[in-house]
Amino acid sequence: MASLPPKHRLQSSAADSAATGQHEHHRPRGLMRWVLTTNHKEIGTLYLIFSLTMFLIGGVFALVVRAELFQPGLQLVQPEFFNQMTTMHGLIMVFGAVMPAFVGLANWMVPLQIGAPDMALPRLNNFSFWLLPIAFTLMLSTLFMPGGAPNFGWTFYAPLSTTYAPPSTTFFILSLHIAGISSILGAINIIATILNLRAPGMRMMDMTLFVWTWLITAFLLIAVMPVLAGVVTMMLMDINFGTSFFNAGGGGDPVLFQHLFWFFGHPEVYIMILPAFGIVSVIIPTFARKRLFGYASMVYATASIAILSFLVWAHHMFVVGLPLVAELFFMYSTMLIAVPTGVKVFNWITTLFRGSISFEPAMLFAIAFVVLFTIGGFSGLMLAISPADFQYHDTYFVVAHFHYVLVPGAVFSIMAAVYYWLPKWTGHYPHLRLSQWHFWLSVIGVNLTFFPMHFSGLAGMPRRIPDYSLQFADFNMVSSIGAFMFGLSQLLFVVIVIMCVRGGKTAPAKAWDGAEDLEWTVPSPAPLHTFEHPPQYRPVEH
Amino acid sequence: MVNVVEDRRPQVRRTVIKTLVVLAGMCVFAFALVPLYDVFCQVTGLNGKTASSAQSLVHQEVDDERTVTMQFVTRGAAGLPWRLEVEERQIRVHPGQSAEVHFTFRNLGERSLVARAVPSVTPSPASLHLRKLVCFCFENQRLAAGESFTAPLVFQLTRDLPPEIKAVTLVYTLYPQENDTVTAAMPDDGKHIDAVATRRWADRSSGGET
Ligand code: HEM
Ligand SMILES: [Cu+2]
Repeated sequence: MASLPPKHRLQSSAADSAATGQHEHHRPRGLMRWVLTTNHKEIGTLYLIFSLTMFLIGGVFALVVRAELFQPGLQLVQPEFFNQMTTMHGLIMVFGAVMPAFVGLANWMVPLQIGAPDMALPRLNNFSFWLLPIAFTLMLSTLFMPGGAPNFGWTFYAPLSTTYAPPSTTFFILSLHIAGISSILGAINIIATILNLRAPGMRMMDMTLFVWTWLITAFLLIAVMPVLAGVVTMMLMDINFGTSFFNAGGGGDPVLFQHLFWFFGHPEVYIMILPAFGIVSVIIPTFARKRLFGYASMVYATASIAILSFLVWAHHMFVVGLPLVAELFFMYSTMLIAVPTGVKVFNWITTLFRGSISFEPAMLFAIAFVVLFTIGGFSGLMLAISPADFQYHDTYFVVAHFHYVLVPGAVFSIMAAVYYWLPKWTGHYPHLRLSQWHFWLSVIGVNLTFFPMHFSGLAGMPRRIPDYSLQFADFNMVSSIGAFMFGLSQLLFVVIVIMCVRGGKTAPAKAWDGAEDLEWTVPSPAPLHTFEHPPQYRPVEH
Repeated sequence: MVNVVEDRRPQVRRTVIKTLVVLAGMCVFAFALVPLYDVFCQVTGLNGKTASSAQSLVHQEVDDERTVTMQFVTRGAAGLPWRLEVEERQIRVHPGQSAEVHFTFRNLGERSLVARAVPSVTPSPASLHLRKLVCFCFENQRLAAGESFTAPLVFQLTRDLPPEIKAVTLVYTLYPQENDTVTAAMPDDGKHIDAVATRRWADRSSGGET
């Protein structure tokens, strides 16, 4: 710890990265401690709590949708409100639940895994977090505005989101701007931390895959969040200032909107899955008690997925009337992504092969991730076949695809991470029996919900419609039952986390016997300040 | 004892500056994509847009060997009580030949209103070979309540129309316009100031004049 008084240090330094390592007795107490904190662990916790809150709110919206779809016909809600629910569900889950959860995990674990005392820009870190509650309060408040919340789907295609949008759209745009700034600042911070604050002796190729995947994700964020900001700004101008970016009547082009959106949107889906790859690549070796198979190929596969993700955006637009060469180009480039993704799945399975495996809750979620994410990858490949997508597009098959990659994909990886690192965070193991119940209820619930959607989609059921023809009734009833099962079992998750914070079996520093990364060298629970003296890193052969 | 964060501050600052540069570059790129898209579409004709001002006739021999079906489709707009009709829904033309068809606008509403018919060509590659010598679509129309107005479209399909194209569809969709934007013609000179301030995005295909 520096011996200079904090004040002096503040003067002598750039305003943005000063307030590291305050002394315990200078810290504000009570609520202000959380509002003003610059500690990466506390900010990480704030992100995770925020994300969990959003996950539950977004989940309630999803259950409104599934309740309406339980039977054909209109029972519970009006179609207008139904559309607001699908839209808000998607927006909240993508921008409010999954992305902040990964940022929270990065805040907690990146410094611990690279042996840094904190993030490189701690005060900026505080600011990035507090933008999020503002953004999402604004977004949720649109539900109470005249004309209702945004109702044009999470992809907000113009002119539905401009010419035909409710008045609250301007607030929605503002909230996306704020959330986008938060993500960009978070990404800058993560890049600065990983590139500069690694423990002496730790080379790039010594970093854990969680750190690697987050580094690449942060670059993706820097690259595409400005495009999102640009596209919503153009919407704002079309709505309020009479421009015609997307208005054909004024000479604009609605298809341009889709190009811009998906140029952001496809890398965005990888932003939501690359950190998940990292988490699983850290958990599987721990519980297989083997080194990760193909470490270097994992890094290269992640990087090539990130680069390729800029070349495939129009696979979301096969039916807008692309010329034949474009259909073919985007079809093949999309299929190409399956190659590095396949490398990853292969490496996970090979790591498991002849491992001495134990099935702790984190491992259960990680294995379910590998299996179920792969199902989502396969349905993605089916959608990538452009002529087939003419049939599948805008049906429940697409809904099944992206929920398989996002729920038992991204969300399961987050849960695996929570079960894996809870002992480090709280000093206690999560309750084993309850965790196992949570896992099994979740896996069964997820599959009951989303597997039948493949069938209803192939049979032609359109997405984003509150009513459907009778032949889809059985599939939908199963989906709705599964959805309630999955949704309610997440309450169990909340209970498990709260119980674990309060007590439980005490965890040692190295909470899992196969865990080798740096975070397991600090005590459990991790004290507020760790690695103030940088650890000497001894490279392990990967 | 050294504080690592203190210690590495210069490096951190360098990294931050670099990422900010990339960020700024991407912000510029995001907006640059709009004109890039316009140029791309103009060169390739991919979004089926036609020139936004009158073009001259290309004098070339009429290709009597080939006949192309020219179809006209007209569409109204939500909330605009207008009707747009074409005298002949379909005509047959030879490449190189010029032809004329008449369109009639009718305001069935009770107010004077301004609208514009926006063209779109299918298949999109044909848009590069469709020359409009006279078109009502270059300007906004104001029609008093109950008024109607007939205007000609004079066009030519040039001989370099790709041989696989046997039929070309020209769709006109009506779009309501701000009431104060009525002008004799939408000029391309950029000096035009109206509520549609970024008109220049609109003038996508002003090239192509000979
Ligand atoms: C092998 C890898 C993948 C392939 C080949 C693939 C392919 C596709 C295709 C072709 C579509 C468009 C379907 C349509 O709208 O007709 C699509 C939609 C989608 N994919 Fe994937 N995908 C893959 C992986 C992923 C991953 C990893 C994620 C996210 C974590 C993801 C998230 C989505 C989402 C959210 C949509 C739907 C967007 C919407 O229209 O609302 N995909 N995918
Ligand atoms: Cu995609």
